[in-house]
Amino acid sequence: MNNIFADIQLATPEIFVFSMACVILLVDRFTHERMPKASFLLTQLTLLVGLYLVYTTVPEGGAVRAFNDMFVLDGMATLTKLAVLFLTFIVLIYSYSYITERKMYRGEYFVLILNAVLGMMVMISASHFLTIYIGLELLSLSLYTLVAMNRHSGLATEAAMKYFVLGALASGMLLYGMSMIYGATGSLDIESIRDAIQGMESDDAMLILGLVFIVVGLGFKLGVVPFHMWIPAIYQGAPTSVVLFIGTAPKVAAFALIMRLLVEGFQGLAVSWSDMLVIIAILSMATGNLLAIVQTNLKRMLAFSTISHMGYFLLGILSANPNGYSASLFYILVYSFTSLAAFGLIIMMSRAGFEAEEISDYKGLNKRHPWFAFLVALVMFSMAGIPPTVGFFAKLSVIQALIDVEMYWLAVVAVLFAVIGAYYYLRIVKTVYFDKPETNEPIEAKSGMQFVLSLNVIALILIMPWIGIIMDACINAISTMG
Amino acid sequence: MFEANQLSLAIWLPIIGGIAVLATGNDQRAALARIVALVVSIATLLVTLPLYSGFDKATGDMQFLEHYQWIPALNINYSLAIDGIALLLIMLTAFITIIVVISAWQVIQQKVAQYFAAFLIMEGLMIGVFSATDAILFYVFWEAMLIPMFLIIGIWGGPNRIYATIKFFLYTLLGSLLMLVALIYLYLKSGNSFALADMYAVKLSLTEQIWLFSAFFMAFAVKIPMFPVHTWLPDAHVEAPAGGSVVLAAIMLKMGAYGFIRFNLPITPDASHSLSGVIIALSLIAIVYISLVALAQTDMKKLIAYSSIAHMGFVTLGLFVFNKMAVEGAIIQMISHGFISGAMFLCVGVLYDRMHTRSMDDYGGVANTMPKFAAFMMFFAMANAGLPGTSGFVGEFLVILGVFQVNPWYAIIAGTTLVLGAAYTLWMYRRVIFGAVSNDNVKALKDINSREIFFLLILTLSVLIMGLWPAPFLETINASVDKLLTLAAVTKL
Repeated sequence: MNNIFADIQLATPEIFVFSMACVILLVDRFTHERMPKASFLLTQLTLLVGLYLVYTTVPEGGAVRAFNDMFVLDGMATLTKLAVLFLTFIVLIYSYSYITERKMYRGEYFVLILNAVLGMMVMISASHFLTIYIGLELLSLSLYTLVAMNRHSGLATEAAMKYFVLGALASGMLLYGMSMIYGATGSLDIESIRDAIQGMESDDAMLILGLVFIVVGLGFKLGVVPFHMWIPAIYQGAPTSVVLFIGTAPKVAAFALIMRLLVEGFQGLAVSWSDMLVIIAILSMATGNLLAIVQTNLKRMLAFSTISHMGYFLLGILSANPNGYSASLFYILVYSFTSLAAFGLIIMMSRAGFEAEEISDYKGLNKRHPWFAFLVALVMFSMAGIPPTVGFFAKLSVIQALIDVEMYWLAVVAVLFAVIGAYYYLRIVKTVYFDKPETNEPIEAKSGMQFVLSLNVIALILIMPWIGIIMDACINAISTMG
Repeated sequence: MFEANQLSLAIWLPIIGGIAVLATGNDQRAALARIVALVVSIATLLVTLPLYSGFDKATGDMQFLEHYQWIPALNINYSLAIDGIALLLIMLTAFITIIVVISAWQVIQQKVAQYFAAFLIMEGLMIGVFSATDAILFYVFWEAMLIPMFLIIGIWGGPNRIYATIKFFLYTLLGSLLMLVALIYLYLKSGNSFALADMYAVKLSLTEQIWLFSAFFMAFAVKIPMFPVHTWLPDAHVEAPAGGSVVLAAIMLKMGAYGFIRFNLPITPDASHSLSGVIIALSLIAIVYISLVALAQTDMKKLIAYSSIAHMGFVTLGLFVFNKMAVEGAIIQMISHGFISGAMFLCVGVLYDRMHTRSMDDYGGVANTMPKFAAFMMFFAMANAGLPGTSGFVGEFLVILGVFQVNPWYAIIAGTTLVLGAAYTLWMYRRVIFGAVSNDNVKALKDINSREIFFLLILTLSVLIMGLWPAPFLETINASVDKLLTLAAVTKL
């Protein structure tokens, strides 16, 4: 019999975030008119305290399970939760002026964000199919609503519809796969499933079919080819502040989801899912990088770039060993912070009535605002993985993981697509530095945000001397998994 | 502290200086930017002088070691050290950067701070490439260099600059990324170490060596550039501003050859021997065929760019005959080509600043209006053709002598360059400088001013000193070349 209080203690951060989401929903009714800033500040406070709570509830030693093994807390969970909370904190700083200018500033916005964060935290710590599903749905439902938040925009509504329908389909796939696994193993608990699979034939039809459905479901949620169709639509249609959120924290949570399902649950089937991921990764790198070249809309281009980055991210996971997992974790962390900066820059350039989302809007930025031009260039070089930016080390670590398992040909394929990818990132740098500006309108900088954003971008290069510490943190996180 | 970290100082001083130049802001404070840039570049040269005076020429071992742990997870270290070859190239880099800064003094009027900052940052990165002894550190410097060069060609370049700079970037990136795969393979082979010394010691089968050699070859051959992957160079050179062309020709091309010296020869010695025939053939094609191509050019910069490819053919030829004299000749040729090609591009730059055209047809009779300039250009044209007494002669002569000992036929084919080189250089010189004044624009030309005389004079002296008294250069690299040849002679099978 577990001690319920000890269990609750492990889940303090989740409980706190949930309570605060309810509190903000209530408080906003009263402060909405008089102190509109209150909900924003309370949300940020929640995230900060959440960070502190996650940091302090680290269990002694490896993984600790609670609530009848439905909940697990290990190093990986702690690191990814910290990343999710921190990313969301920055996302809200960047979004603040965007949502105020566009009259999207409502208490619900923050409540939905906090619910999404809660969903991610639950998902990260899930050790049972039910907990995983609850976390995932809490996240997804909040995101569908957030995409539709700007209800006057036809594009946003369309994007939200697409997202909802495809997302529901993906959840259905995942659920279907889970039920098959339940049929094959007789359990929903991830540890028991792992043990059950050890004793089964690895070509058990029911098991493999269930795995295929689960991989398809994950593929949808991650947005990898051939399940990527929703990504460009959402990235282009949704408000930039929401894309900023979708493109960062949930990616980190998705890593945790994959780790829990594929790595912890289906360790015994690693050969099977690794092969599936190889195909998905190659297709994603190819489609993402090739289609990004022809885009004229920056948000859409970044959508395809995300697809290709998810392909690279899978390279570490499909090596199916701890070295590869920590490489992928490092990759996804680096990617989230780079993408945070990229969308932050779009928000920075935009103002009410002007979204700054066409690539041509950035022509000659160097003449209009050299500092922003420099920031854009840095972000693009980091996305392309050119040293000395941190993006290079992310690519280095996944390629290293591939060569470690002797997949030389895949490493060469990854490298070739990286060159193709470099082309469209360079095109942005070209637009910013070499083209003539179309207007000479000064860019009004949002001073508070500009400071944080500059720090964010500069960190992509200045983190260099300390990059070893982050890689070590990733390795430690993976090594404490159950 | 500076005693122990001299190499770091030489790398980071120009980079931080470059950021300082950037901080001077917009073009209203251009004068300040110029002065800061000049001070930083001179200070960097001063910092490299103790490297020369403190260098022990008697040993081929790496000197001025620095070693700090950087990324323990992948065993990547910040480790620096140099041998004689790297020392000369570092000093060349510091020297050429000063010339570039002075030459751009008045020419560049737009985004002055960014221009100088790009060159200073690049200087630091290039010194980093020459002094890194950790493969990933080398790679970081190597790739980071692309960024400032990309911007230099793209912002200050000629009309077709965007095509040229993107081609330059992608070409070199493709080669480098394959090298990265090879480096990671070696890392796993050598028991998780990126240290070059460990990579030298690891045993490899011939098949492995050939794959690795090919990957390195892709990266370095593109940079040199060797035939047939040379096509980016004429585009990049033609569109780059004069300073960009100088750095490209004088230093960046040397990185490819330096890569062969640091990676191919010691890491894959057996593959180097078994594939040397291919490399020699490509080098000879570069020397003869590219010289013929140069003869057909009407654009002065294109002509010098092709002549660079031909001269670099000598370097690769010298490296892959595994003969001490030829290797030394190749290294001397690298340094000498740095001075001469830099000077030639500056001469074209001087004309281009006045006339804004690079086509030889627009010139003619420049000697009448610019006599001082004509004298300088005569000297450099002769040096480019390999006239005895200039540094161009020493390198080519040593390579041909060395190659002759190995295979006289190679030497005879390579020797044709002495004729072809003289032909295209002097032909260009005649068309541009001699004859009657061809048009009013030429008539209105003003002769070079004291600033231009200053940097051309310095280069003239360098070419002469190296041509008449190459001993100090040869002494510096002597032990290092011995070490290199020993490493390249030991089989790894």
